[in-house]
Amino acid sequence: MTMDMKTIYLLVVLCPLAGAIGAGFFGKLLGRAFAHSITIAGVAASFILSCIVFQDVMAGNQFNGALYTWTVTEGINLEVGFLIDRLTVLMMLVVTFVSLMVHVYTIGYMAEDDGYQRFFAYISLFTFSMLMLVMSNNFLQLFFGWEAVGLVSYLLIGFWFKRPTAIYANLKAFLVNRVGDFGFLLGIGLIFATMGTLNYSEVFAKAPMLKDAIAPVPGFTWNLITAICIGLFIGAMGKSAQFPLHVWLPDSMEGPTPISALIHAATMVTAGIFMVARMSPLFEMSQAALSFVLIIGSITAFFMALIAIVQYDIKRVVAYSTLSQLGYMTMALGAGAYSAGIFHLMTHAFFKAVLFLGAGSVIMAMHHEQDMRKMGGLRKYMPITYFTVLIGAIANAGLPPFAGFFSKDTIIEAVHASTTPGAGIAYLAALGAVFVGGLYSFRLVFFAFHGKERWHDAAHHDDHHDDHGEHHGLAPGEKPHESPWVVTLPLILLAIPSIAAGWLISDVVYGTYFGSAVEKGVIAAMAGNFHGVMGMMAHGLVTPPFWLAMAGLATAYYCYIVKPDLPANIRKKAGALVTILEEKYGFDRFNDWFFAGGARNLGRGLWKFGDVAVIDGFFVNGTAKVIGWGSTVVRKVQTGVVSTYAFAMIIGVFAMLTWLFFRLY
Amino acid sequence: MQLPVLSLTIWVPVLAGILVLFQSGDHLKAGARWTALIGSVLGLVVAVPLWTGFNNGTAALQFVEVYQWIPRFNIRYALGVDGISMLFILLNSFTTILVIIAAWEVIQEKVSQYLAAFLIMSGLINGVFAATDAILFYLFFEAMLIPMFLIIGIWGGPNRVYAAVKFFLYTLLGSLLMLAALIYLYNETRGSFDIFDFHRVPLSLTAQTLLFFAFFASFSVKVPMWPVHTWLPDAHVEAPTGGSVVLAAITLKIGAYGFLRFNLPIAPDASQALAGFMITLSLIAVIYIGLVALVQADMKKLIAYSSISHMGFCTLGFFIFNQQGVVGGLVQMVSHGFISAAMFLCVGVLYDRVHSREISAYGGVANKMPVFAAFAVLFAMANSGLPATSGFVGEFMVILGAVKVNFWYGFLAATTLIFGAAYTLWMVKRVIFGEVANENVAALTDVNKREMLMLAALALLVLFMGIYPKPFTDVMHVSVDALLKHVSIGKLGL
Repeated sequence: MTMDMKTIYLLVVLCPLAGAIGAGFFGKLLGRAFAHSITIAGVAASFILSCIVFQDVMAGNQFNGALYTWTVTEGINLEVGFLIDRLTVLMMLVVTFVSLMVHVYTIGYMAEDDGYQRFFAYISLFTFSMLMLVMSNNFLQLFFGWEAVGLVSYLLIGFWFKRPTAIYANLKAFLVNRVGDFGFLLGIGLIFATMGTLNYSEVFAKAPMLKDAIAPVPGFTWNLITAICIGLFIGAMGKSAQFPLHVWLPDSMEGPTPISALIHAATMVTAGIFMVARMSPLFEMSQAALSFVLIIGSITAFFMALIAIVQYDIKRVVAYSTLSQLGYMTMALGAGAYSAGIFHLMTHAFFKAVLFLGAGSVIMAMHHEQDMRKMGGLRKYMPITYFTVLIGAIANAGLPPFAGFFSKDTIIEAVHASTTPGAGIAYLAALGAVFVGGLYSFRLVFFAFHGKERWHDAAHHDDHHDDHGEHHGLAPGEKPHESPWVVTLPLILLAIPSIAAGWLISDVVYGTYFGSAVEKGVIAAMAGNFHGVMGMMAHGLVTPPFWLAMAGLATAYYCYIVKPDLPANIRKKAGALVTILEEKYGFDRFNDWFFAGGARNLGRGLWKFGDVAVIDGFFVNGTAKVIGWGSTVVRKVQTGVVSTYAFAMIIGVFAMLTWLFFRLY
Repeated sequence: MQLPVLSLTIWVPVLAGILVLFQSGDHLKAGARWTALIGSVLGLVVAVPLWTGFNNGTAALQFVEVYQWIPRFNIRYALGVDGISMLFILLNSFTTILVIIAAWEVIQEKVSQYLAAFLIMSGLINGVFAATDAILFYLFFEAMLIPMFLIIGIWGGPNRVYAAVKFFLYTLLGSLLMLAALIYLYNETRGSFDIFDFHRVPLSLTAQTLLFFAFFASFSVKVPMWPVHTWLPDAHVEAPTGGSVVLAAITLKIGAYGFLRFNLPIAPDASQALAGFMITLSLIAVIYIGLVALVQADMKKLIAYSSISHMGFCTLGFFIFNQQGVVGGLVQMVSHGFISAAMFLCVGVLYDRVHSREISAYGGVANKMPVFAAFAVLFAMANSGLPATSGFVGEFMVILGAVKVNFWYGFLAATTLIFGAAYTLWMVKRVIFGEVANENVAALTDVNKREMLMLAALALLVLFMGIYPKPFTDVMHVSVDALLKHVSIGKLGL
């Protein structure tokens, strides 16, 4: 039985890889239908096999073993291997399901694109990489998956590589992620140095003995586990776009919309959340690390949500909403509610994929117009998109009985109940973000789908997207229409779990689903107050989060349906505040000036001064000059005149005699 | 009777080179090319037994050949390889094939001399890695400078004479001190030039320190380490593509190899005492040079600086004295051989078409050369140390090893994750991506079969070594362990 299962695990990752190779190398030759058939077949197979693995794991089986030895050093095997438990299999299902939906959706979305085959190759390669990441049983392979998804993200953000904004965004994304990976790698380095292994289960076995150890960091007396956890978490901050490494995610919207849904909302950006949950036995040992995680999460959740309110680009609204929701997941981790973090990861994967793919459907209907000021009244023309986006928005705002309610409310309750230092402030941030979340979610719905039809208005042109020379928007007199079934079917299939996935909460969060795969943390203390799905909904109606979200909804309704002129007026009145939000608190400017510009200036300085002036100018060419000068002087002696030589000889002989004379007497 | 494998790896290319030399003249170009290709392939074929017949279980020399040569001074023609040197003979023999192919249609002037220079140099370089007699080593070490000097000086760019002379003087200056050191050791060992006798002879710390610096003068220039690195960017810029490939892929490795073969085992106590000094220089190379690479406008200069920065990982790994460090450094040497060769070949592909190395002369190459762009991005990612490429393996191991010794070494070394990606991918952005920048780019044609062959071969190696480095590290382990043990015991107690 185990033998068979091992083959299945392998097939889960290899099927998408085979699809990627097929579409990548033979796509041009064998055509579009081949490319999408082979990749969809690969991912579908992977999804079905993941379901089989799920059944097997639910039957009580687990797997933790190596595939092959990557290398050996000092007798320590560095391996590539799988750890299949309940956490892994949940991630496998989410990744393969959302990926499959996005594959199908892409047939419609990328239909007119020249890079059709290449796109399918990339997203299948992504699926492979992400599966390697979540199925790993050690840090080496985790880091491989971690960087591989980063690579595919780089390739996909820059998919339209002619656009200056796209190739700026992908470079930025890669480098900001590398800053995170820097911390991640050092965390791994500390683990290796102190525990002599990179295997999860061995690390978890050894860590308790090192609970009070001091990290081997000369000059500091940090707790070892805290140092390791913060290093690892810095990696998560890059990948999961947490403040202040969040700056790459909004720009990643330069990529085609299907990957915004798959990579930059549902799966890749949640890798950091997954990793911390996977490492929950380590994080549980360090209050300091948890506090750091909690504070970073709450800053991200609240401040990024605020930016979403002022965005006009429909994708950017969803992008900032993603940042805020990732902040919630991070808060859950910091509060010690790991299973709640993972649960929100799962529900978010569904409803955020709906929002992104819905936004993509709108963008298609509007002929690549992304500015909501040029939309309005779309619900009549695209009913399926409208309803699915509405479901996504309600779930995102966290209203019962939709999926987001259960996961988000649990996180807020967990932060409230948590003893992690900083939980008080985090609770306030979480509540604030609920109101803002309600506001931006319904602002999107009302702005784009309700109200006046503004498609042919001449005014406003979004400055983000008019620089790549393509025509946007509808032709005069043209009306938007609903997208084809390959687009709407994935929307519907994703909308269903956006409604219903929350009802799994009794098992996944409070029940025994995770077993020992994830630490219970603060959830253990909360379980006594949980009285089933219906009880939670009833209770939810009398708690602040529900009313705050409703207040957000009401505000959005008032501003965009009742008084549609109001937002413009507020903008004028609250100039400075809006500018701060539009400038995204100035991080992009600062990073460009300080880090990118600073590194270039430093490099130029070292080069011009160090290499060119000092080393080459002074030492190398200087030595040559001294030798040259020296030989010029010495050359003068060789005049070729015999009398001069004779004179020199006489002087020499005289000098020698004098020396001898003095030496003898 | 065993085949004299090592002798064959040295003399087959040299003989082939001489044969090619006879085919000078315009009407014999094709013949010269084919002879050179067959010669270089034969050179690799005769080296294959090194891989297949190598015993990973021993640190002793293998494939040993010893003949008396100048009995008066006990100088011997002595060859042998261990886990430290063996891979470089294969790497060099393989690289020689690449440069012959790379020159195929590109070099039209003095074809036979050009190809012969590479073949002869290839044999001499194999000699450097195979020699176990110090004088024989020294001869190969010096002799290989001559073909490289000629390659840069004759087939190089406009400023080739300055670059060639700078290259020659820089490297020659260092090796004179090494010669003095070898003669001193000859006296200390009472008349032996066997490098392994040098390893065993007891030496005071003062003597070790002086010897260390004598060898350092020679090898640090070759690596090159900061601050004696400035010859390399100039040499690369002026060298023809093949010259750059061999320079980056092989000759830099001779410097790093020298540290492992001479400095560490001959002066183990001095090596330990000076480890801080060596680590400091290595980390300066990683960071300072990484930043300098960022602002280069010339693609070859950028890759040259990138090479210096990557070689910093080798010397860093050697002087942290643990297995991750030394094996990681060796892996980095092999990997950098593949990646730098590939990057210089990529520049060559563009240069042959547009005749410019300036980054600003390009933009949007991917529009016209999609296959080339795919290779370029792959090698750029390998250069940035992406896992599953060979570039990751060495850096990862060295960083792991460095954190063990001192967290801050690892911290500073790990900055390469950021800087390495920054300078490499920023170049990719400006050259490969974007709209078609000008008419030259618009007129580009994608790689032909010949170019495809070279790049694909390197791509496979880069990926294989990244996905499964064990076969490579297995070769090194036992020899590296023996070396580390030798260093930790030292010579003062003898």
